[in-house]
Amino acid sequence: MPTGLFHTRYEDDEKIFHTLWVRIWMWSFVLFLFLVFPFVASPLSGFFGFSVQHMANMIGIFIIGAHGLNLLTGFTGQISLGHGAFMGVGAFTSAILFMKAGWPFWLSLPAAGFVSAGVGMIFGVPSLRLRGLYLAIATMAAQFIIDYAMRNWTSLTGGSAGFNVDRPSIFGFALDTDLRYYYLILVLAIVSTLFLKNLLRTKTGRAMVAIRDRYLSAEIMGVNLFKYRLLAFGISSFYVGVAGGLFAHYNLVVSDEHFTMWLSIQYLAMVIIGGLGHVLGGIFGTIFMVLLPELLRIPTEILSNIYPNIFAIFGTLRELVFGLVIILFLIFEPDGLAARWHTIRAYWKLWPFSY
Amino acid sequence: MAQLQVQDLHLSFGGLTALNGISLSVELGEIFAIIGPNGAGKTCILNCICRFYHPDQGSVIFENQEILNFPPHKIAGMGIARTFQNIELFQGMTVLDNIKLGAHVHLRSGFLSGGFYWGKARKEEMKLRREVEEQIIDLLEIQAIRKEIVGTLPYGLQKRVELARALAMRPKILLLDEPMAGMNLEETEDMARFILDINEERGVTIVLIEHDMGVVMDISDRIFVLDFGTRIAEGRPEEIQHNEHVINAYLGGSDAAFSKLGL
Repeated sequence: MPTGLFHTRYEDDEKIFHTLWVRIWMWSFVLFLFLVFPFVASPLSGFFGFSVQHMANMIGIFIIGAHGLNLLTGFTGQISLGHGAFMGVGAFTSAILFMKAGWPFWLSLPAAGFVSAGVGMIFGVPSLRLRGLYLAIATMAAQFIIDYAMRNWTSLTGGSAGFNVDRPSIFGFALDTDLRYYYLILVLAIVSTLFLKNLLRTKTGRAMVAIRDRYLSAEIMGVNLFKYRLLAFGISSFYVGVAGGLFAHYNLVVSDEHFTMWLSIQYLAMVIIGGLGHVLGGIFGTIFMVLLPELLRIPTEILSNIYPNIFAIFGTLRELVFGLVIILFLIFEPDGLAARWHTIRAYWKLWPFSY
Repeated sequence: MAQLQVQDLHLSFGGLTALNGISLSVELGEIFAIIGPNGAGKTCILNCICRFYHPDQGSVIFENQEILNFPPHKIAGMGIARTFQNIELFQGMTVLDNIKLGAHVHLRSGFLSGGFYWGKARKEEMKLRREVEEQIIDLLEIQAIRKEIVGTLPYGLQKRVELARALAMRPKILLLDEPMAGMNLEETEDMARFILDINEERGVTIVLIEHDMGVVMDISDRIFVLDFGTRIAEGRPEEIQHNEHVINAYLGGSDAAFSKLGL
């Protein structure tokens, strides 16, 4: 029985997944997502009353975006209320390049990331001087400016009606069903998670966390604050930009109403509920935020069968419960779901001799 | 030519003069102590050297280069490292990550190679890890806490981690701001031993601000005494112990001086 981890090489100690068991678990989880999940999704859909495959795709897309915001807010300590708009920039970029300029999807999707990164870095410039609430307000300005542009630059964005986007194909493989699109999202979600994880164990990530914890001493250690704050905005916006591109082609229509202030706040809620400064936080938070409203539909529908006019009395019962659950989570688990996950793991690791 | 030369440094905050024409020169490889009462301006000198503050007048020359022309983040790359009076570690990071961050300026890999953990970044990280483990963690005897989050450590150990982080910067000169403050006798002796080790084994020049006179008199080669932003004495420990100005201005009368200076 293992009593601890005893590495004999530094390489082993620097790995993301430390033991053979953890690696086996992770590989089987990935295999499950690739091979098993698509086939259990449709029976599960019948049980839950909503499309599980569709939910999985939405979760995958938003995980990429949440990782982006987590890098910026959770790891670099720069709050942003503009990430909904940056996602919109990505969505419109990919959609316009694909539909109007005739670019192939494998070019338009990265382009969405790069354009978003550029826009994010422009609005990230105030971060050199502003912090905390002040930066939140400055990035909120980005949200409103971009929102306005999306709605009123009619020739490019189609105005408030938006325009239709086709499902793309990638290297001849048509991504025309939810299931086929699922594989693209899954691969990108895994790549983005690993990229984030790797970034955090190398030079760049350490510098960003150092800026979050104590920027003045980071500067004395030789960290160029401006460069790394901008880089954080850039990488973070690249992530949401790619998520936006994926969303546009998945949703089949892009319009400004998807990328409002509400989305920015939802993104923040995802990383806060999941756990700021944990890579797992982005994943848990997204699953929670996307799935909970759908799951809440089940009990409220049962309830409305028993008391048919309950919705007449509590019109927004579902939203009410949703808000309540979030508040309860923040009270009882302020460090987020990821912190709770670590506690549970630490408990079971040594169970039953946890002393 | 001295390694570090401060010439005619003036610094004021509004109407308050913090430094009034300070000149000092630190030779390569020596332990140079700066002492003085609270508020004398000791930390201000260090803050000017590492570009926290911009002096009103004067120059700071390190290895024949005027460093006041460089932005703060360039100073680390020139080989100037420091620790702080109130610990300024990255509280949410592990001890190991804190120390690794010290080597930030010596790492060359960018974020792409880091994010994909490609050959270059990976090799560099492994080399860094080996260096940190074998040259710093071993020297400072902090093996047991390398994976701990810094914020959870006791004060004495945090001071030691801060020294470790400064060492990871591969400094040519190390500015230590009260490294023994708030330590018990044992921890103080450990810290003095580490400072001597660093100075002798690596030939790192040390500039030390400290209130513990026993340590200062024991380990330093030269002492610079400061009061109200001006120099009142400079010399070898024996000279300082017997200097009239120091005894009067800093230690307040000869009776108190005898006990404080260990005469």
